[in-house]
Amino acid sequence: MEFTRSEAPYLAPRADVAATMLQVLAALVPAALAHVWYFGPGFLFNLIIASLFCIGGEAMMMHLRGRAPETALADYSALVTATLLAFCLPSLTPWWVTATGSLFAIVVAKHLYGGIGFNIFNPAMAGYVVILVAFPMEVNLWVAPRMGDIDYVHLTMLQTVTYTLTGSLPDALTFDAISRATPLDAMQSGLRTMHTFAEVRTNPLMGDFGGRGWEWIGNFVAIGGFWLLVKKIIRWQIPTGVFAGLLIPAGLMYIISPGANASPGFHLFSGATILCAFFIATDPVSAATSPKGRLIYGVGIGFLVYCIRKWGSYADGVAFAVLLMNMATPAIDYVTRPRIVGHGRDSTPP
Amino acid sequence: MSAPTYDLGKLHGGLRLTAHKEESTAAPIQHVPVPAQLVLPLTQHSGDPAQPVVDIGETVLKGQLIASPDGRLGAPVHAPSSGKVLAIEPWPVHRRHGDNAPCIVIACDGADRALEIPRPAACYDDLPGDLLFERILEGGIVGLGGAAFPTAQKLMQAASGDLEFLILNGVECEPYISCDDALMRERAREIVGGARILMRALRLEHCYVVVESDKPESIRALGEALAGVDDARLTLKQVPTIYPSGGEDQLVQLVTNREVPSGGLPSDVGCLVQNVGTAAAIHDWIVDREPLISRVTTVTGDGVAKPMNVLARLGTTVADIVAFAGGYTERAKRLIVGGPMTGKSVTTDRVPLVKASNCILVLGDIPAVAPEKPCIRCGECAEVCPVQLLPQQLYWYACADDEAKLRSYGLTDCIECGCCDLVCPSHIPLTADFRVAKARIREMADEKARAERARRRFEARNQRLDAEQRDRERELAAQKEHAKKAGPRAIAEILERQRSKDKD
Amino acid sequence: MWTAILTISALALVAGLALGIASRTLPADRSSLVLQVDELLPQTQCAQCGYPGCRPYAVAIVEDGAPINLCPPGADATVRRLASLLGRDPAPLTEPAPASRIVAVIDESRCIGCVHCRSACPVDAIVGAHQLMHTVIAAECTGCELCIAPCPVDCISMQARS
Repeated sequence: MEFTRSEAPYLAPRADVAATMLQVLAALVPAALAHVWYFGPGFLFNLIIASLFCIGGEAMMMHLRGRAPETALADYSALVTATLLAFCLPSLTPWWVTATGSLFAIVVAKHLYGGIGFNIFNPAMAGYVVILVAFPMEVNLWVAPRMGDIDYVHLTMLQTVTYTLTGSLPDALTFDAISRATPLDAMQSGLRTMHTFAEVRTNPLMGDFGGRGWEWIGNFVAIGGFWLLVKKIIRWQIPTGVFAGLLIPAGLMYIISPGANASPGFHLFSGATILCAFFIATDPVSAATSPKGRLIYGVGIGFLVYCIRKWGSYADGVAFAVLLMNMATPAIDYVTRPRIVGHGRDSTPP
Repeated sequence: MSAPTYDLGKLHGGLRLTAHKEESTAAPIQHVPVPAQLVLPLTQHSGDPAQPVVDIGETVLKGQLIASPDGRLGAPVHAPSSGKVLAIEPWPVHRRHGDNAPCIVIACDGADRALEIPRPAACYDDLPGDLLFERILEGGIVGLGGAAFPTAQKLMQAASGDLEFLILNGVECEPYISCDDALMRERAREIVGGARILMRALRLEHCYVVVESDKPESIRALGEALAGVDDARLTLKQVPTIYPSGGEDQLVQLVTNREVPSGGLPSDVGCLVQNVGTAAAIHDWIVDREPLISRVTTVTGDGVAKPMNVLARLGTTVADIVAFAGGYTERAKRLIVGGPMTGKSVTTDRVPLVKASNCILVLGDIPAVAPEKPCIRCGECAEVCPVQLLPQQLYWYACADDEAKLRSYGLTDCIECGCCDLVCPSHIPLTADFRVAKARIREMADEKARAERARRRFEARNQRLDAEQRDRERELAAQKEHAKKAGPRAIAEILERQRSKDKD
Repeated sequence: MWTAILTISALALVAGLALGIASRTLPADRSSLVLQVDELLPQTQCAQCGYPGCRPYAVAIVEDGAPINLCPPGADATVRRLASLLGRDPAPLTEPAPASRIVAVIDESRCIGCVHCRSACPVDAIVGAHQLMHTVIAAECTGCELCIAPCPVDCISMQARS
């Protein structure tokens, strides 16, 4: 009997990029629902627009590069980029801002570098930074969480859609009326105007341990993140590094001067800290590779986030921190190469 | 000594694979009857092909020498049954994936008459080590764990250094393969006997018999055998069931916590590893005078009707063995000789069973695998690599053909275990790429060595020509000097001589 | 805004000029570069490049800026490696590379023992003496073909190395 020839190994591979990406998306579902609960349906519209432009951009670039678009779209990485971008944006964002960010992320940060696996920078963060700098007003239009005790005007679904599509608010409202600073914003400006941490905490935007609403979104992100850890989709080094790099300096400064600094708990549960640790920094393509390298990479990101929050002009420094550490990745990889078995170590018995 | 202990060292990475061994170990080893025809390849070992010592038409007896290594690296081949030499011709072999190689074909007469080999006068205990090595070579013994390195040469090389431990490899970490398990259950006494012969030959005082923890019956059988001989030098050790603990270097690391140096051998750190099947074969030859003419093989996989372990004569074709095991099922699509991680895929079942064939694996079609995607730098491959390489970096540099970087990142240390392939989410055939890259850097190293030699010869030649030129000039100058000094008088003398000659 | 643009442009111009001047006037380490180029050449010593050996060609590449695509035995791989070492653009070979490794073979039935080929071989791969049989040491032959022309009876041919 005759048989076909193949190459060892002859067992089916256990892992798959598409399956991995889908698991990442699934892990973000609880956080997405929490986001909609607290901040309204704007997140969903952002997600739809980001997804459309990410997928469209990817298909267009694959076509321009002379490749079949399905090979790139089939791994769902464009969808993950779109989702992470949507999480970074305020729920009230005009569609052209989301579109610009998505297109830059996919076309420039991903495909101009060679496509998935070849990009140096995290595409979602690169896209976010571009629109942060190009559309500063729109990207800082944060709304207050929908919690009963906050006296505040919330837009209806129709009004949200109208704003997303046209960028104009209903006649009776102004931007000032509907937007509020984020908790991190409030904390930063409060501390810099010589209020103490305790005083700033009395702001109704502050929640029990972080920012109101944000802390719960953070918890749901953490649930998703731990699930990914259990499933070994991500490894422990990067999240641990990010938390250590951020919380250790924050803790030290808080111990030294508790009035003038935000507590580590506040840092942990505000802004994009948890999202960064589990979902953004863990993007495998732009992160370091070796286990030691990942720890250094994570710590670097955490520390840079702390520096930007403490001394920088932006309220949350996650995107910049990630991009800066992306630049350092090749160097980190080079100096943290593991010792090959059979090299270096004295081979006599201990 | 029958109480098993766990490993000392720790293996980095590795994978826990589904064993698939229950189907083939449900029944004891079955004996395949001698077929009508036996095909013996001349190369059943690492090294040079053996040379036939029989002619076509010659009658041979079971156990008779039919091919000899002739002084080069190799092992002799013996006739597995009696009959007539039908032909010495090319035949498909598994080593070449189904392509042809020279083989001796024997038509069996069915009588299975054995060559009378006189038992040695002395018990092997009294034989000196060197003589034991020669005896082992005469038996055609090669490593039965898969690499088929001639055992006698391996022992002689190891004996030249400082050896401390003999490690008997009963680990059998690859899925589907269970021939060593079956052998340990049924012939534990012979395995222990073989170990003691080896210890005598190499003058060793310590031996570890190592088994994976998923083989409780084998552990029990070996424990009983060891208790029977009551030799305190042998210890039974258990290791966790992780692939690829059974690799030679990995086993040395697990059992003794020593690392075999890169490019070196286990004997460099005082260890010698032998498969349990090799030990049993040594016992059979030295004590029972039966050369290596048969082996236990696992016939298994989705494509085989009745998976089992069989004892078959070398030279039995895979087709005959599978027929004995109930034939193919309709799922049979791929034939692999060896295990699912490191075996060789063959195109035809006419290939014969050889000394290295530890498993005949018939698998169904691989589930439709998506085409290879770009590497997403997830690092899973580095997590599972037992040698702590960075397969991801090796892949980039193999694509770039960067010989220096490939060497620096340790490509030559890759044991081709296949773990990285299984965990790669982009389904990159890493092991196959590394195999190709290794061949390429060997090629490039050869070219460099040749170029270096040519350059040296060129420079030597230029030096020689320059020296000759200088010598010539020196001589010419000396002659000129001489001519100047002797000059007019010499000319006058010559003219005088000429005139006197003319006169005569 | 214009001040900013002008300042940055001026800085870039100055920096670029400084680098350009430095690269031309400051001496580079020539000798080690010649060695590196020589390492990349195949050492056939065939003179097909027009230089009497690989080392003179290496010197010419580094010091006289000779083109890097003159070496057929090196094939495209050598051109690419030289290009990447020297920062030049690779160019197609002027003569095509041999399809496989070739060695010279002397037809012994026609050899007259004149030693012309022996003197021509740059790596002394031909052994023989006057009026005695000549033969090529295949392992040392680089395939340079310099022995073919001097042979008065045309008894040398190039064959693929097995």
